[in-house]
Amino acid sequence: MCNSIIQVEVIIPTQTKYLDLIGSIGEHIAKELDKFSGDREALAYHLNLVLTEATINAIKHGTLANPNETVRITINIQENELNIKVYDHGQGFDLESVPLPDFDHPKEGGMGIFFIRTLMDSVTYTRQGDCNVLEIIKYLS
Amino acid sequence: MNLNLEKINGCTVLFIKEERIDAHNSGELKEAVLHLIEQGEVNIIVQLEHVRFIDSSGLGALLSGYKNAAAKSGKLALANMQRQVLSMFELTRLNRVFDIYADLNEAFDSEA
Repeated sequence: MCNSIIQVEVIIPTQTKYLDLIGSIGEHIAKELDKFSGDREALAYHLNLVLTEATINAIKHGTLANPNETVRITINIQENELNIKVYDHGQGFDLESVPLPDFDHPKEGGMGIFFIRTLMDSVTYTRQGDCNVLEIIKYLS
Repeated sequence: MNLNLEKINGCTVLFIKEERIDAHNSGELKEAVLHLIEQGEVNIIVQLEHVRFIDSSGLGALLSGYKNAAAKSGKLALANMQRQVLSMFELTRLNRVFDIYADLNEAFDSEA
């Protein structure tokens, strides 16, 4: 990632009180993306939301095993894309099997992954060594 | 979570005095609304003027309130939503579920 313009790495305890911090970083980053020609306010909200949803997802998957666990989040901004990776140490889950929300019979849960998939350009969830990595990419131009 | 409850024009109005509703405080919101409904306050308007961010758990908490109110022949409506927050309701089509009002006066006119 030597060609990154900005690199951010944050490690937080698996506690929901840190969601605001993580989301806020995304919002601030959106304001630094000089090349982005779209709706910057919307992008700021979307990055806040996607980081919040990805982090709570990792907290939920990680804390079940160990309450002293941490979540690592990296954000890399390159010339034309923004790359977010969220690492958890839980059992993992099958991203492809997460269904779309039923819009005609809405339920309370299950919208987090939908937001990430809808608002970003690429989402993968893979096992890497002893952790799982949710990788999210947003193209900037 | 910072919430204010007021009875205005016969309606129960729940003011959310937070900028952010996420998985950290949405459980508290859900419980507060459920508590109101259990006390018989089944017609509730949630005033969201201060809220500039909501995540999926926040939407879920409001949906829970809507369903619980409806189960008791009541209604939970929303007012004073900021544009970006409204766009989350549009993305999830929840704008078709809730009655969403520009402000409290519009809500009172419609609910009267």
